[in-house]
Amino acid sequence: MVKFVESELAQLRHEVDQMWTLVYNQMEQAREAVLNLDRTIAQQIIVRERRVDAFELKIDSDVEDFIALYTPVAVDLRFTLSMLKINSDLERIGDYADGIARFVRDCPVEALDKELIEKLEVKEMFAIVLRMLGDLQQALRDEDPVKATSVLSQDDQLDRINKASAGILAGYAAAHTDAIPFCLGFGGVFRKLERTGDHLTNIAEEIVFYIDAKVLKHNDSQQEDPARQA
Amino acid sequence: MEKIEAKDVNFYYGSFHALKGISMEIPQNKVVAFIGPSGCGKSTFLRLFNRMNDLIPGARLEGEICIDGKNIYAPGVQVDELRKEVGMVFQRPNPFPKSIFDNVAYGLRVNGIKDKSFIAHRVEEALMGAALWEEVKDKLNASAYALSGGQQQRLCIARAMAVSPSVLLMDEPASALDPISTAKVEELICELRNEVTIVIVTHNMQQASRVSDKTAFFYMGEMVEYDDTKVIFTNPHKEATQNYITGRFG
Repeated sequence: MVKFVESELAQLRHEVDQMWTLVYNQMEQAREAVLNLDRTIAQQIIVRERRVDAFELKIDSDVEDFIALYTPVAVDLRFTLSMLKINSDLERIGDYADGIARFVRDCPVEALDKELIEKLEVKEMFAIVLRMLGDLQQALRDEDPVKATSVLSQDDQLDRINKASAGILAGYAAAHTDAIPFCLGFGGVFRKLERTGDHLTNIAEEIVFYIDAKVLKHNDSQQEDPARQA
Repeated sequence: MEKIEAKDVNFYYGSFHALKGISMEIPQNKVVAFIGPSGCGKSTFLRLFNRMNDLIPGARLEGEICIDGKNIYAPGVQVDELRKEVGMVFQRPNPFPKSIFDNVAYGLRVNGIKDKSFIAHRVEEALMGAALWEEVKDKLNASAYALSGGQQQRLCIARAMAVSPSVLLMDEPASALDPISTAKVEELICELRNEVTIVIVTHNMQQASRVSDKTAFFYMGEMVEYDDTKVIFTNPHKEATQNYITGRFG
């Protein structure tokens, strides 16, 4: 019986890891699509979004089966619940990548203003999101709660860049009235990346809950993360 | 308030040290589950609460077990009086070869009660308390053996409850029952906690988590962990407990 349970848990872990890699690739491709205004890549992301959705349903179903058949408790229960929530967070991140791709596909301009892109720090924002995604995937693989909490402070940088982007885009739109539709759509990219950071924060909390049975959620002080206290 | 208190209990079967330095407090009107692998000492410990091990040759107890603050192993304690206070239900239903009515009335009569209307009233009360009245009210004079296994077990619970004990010990009470009968016994346990303190030994982890307020995990004669059931089944503090309840014990 133990081998059955172990193999089911390993399978679930493997599926979530695969989903993670898929979502990471979607976001990485979304970065390429935005920075190069590449509509072909954007279209590929939109098509692949269906795979993300299918993966989510598969993992949901497998978690449901595992709970029904094996009635997990203690660390197994925490793992199962965490996988369920992480799966949902990853799917939402996949949706954001899809949303960004749709912006690129329907973008009303032919080329991006490089100076504007530099000022908006959009490249940096993607880099942070991808670093958080990668670090958290490794934290789960290594069962390392310290590594998981270390990403929390990076969400602040996403919030800062997102907040600044609104003013920068408003100023640009005022100076280039023909670019107003573009600016409105581009603002959505920043909001999606900022929301992605929120979901990644949730994932970090779920990893800590699974490994240490600690609830970090809605704990504003985030005492476990020294970087936040600094 | 603590109903039962074990103080540094050691128990020996001859030279075999079966229970090692166990201390625990069981609160009044709570359900406490004992879990652990076969041979870990949980049934031995349970049976100490109504002195069921007294007649085992070579058995020896060190330490104290107090019920309502009184040491039940103190000189002068009457075992039959103790067992009026501490009822017991076993793994397999063991009705007497008598009618349903006489089974439940047995304890009252043995204790010298002769008032027939009182006995009849108490039998009805006990059968209702054991959720069996509706099923047997029209055949009280039928043999207890005519009942199903699940009904027989509830009859045994009614028999134990008829003398109004304050503690009920249950040694794997549902292990020989089908899921429907098991559910009825579990429901009964949850209702009886209003009247008595219940200590239950079970190998069924889900049963322990469903019915008990507190759970103790035993291993090789030691009590490894004792805590609220919610804690034991979500975040046990000892690795051995976690390994056992998740089926990784080896």
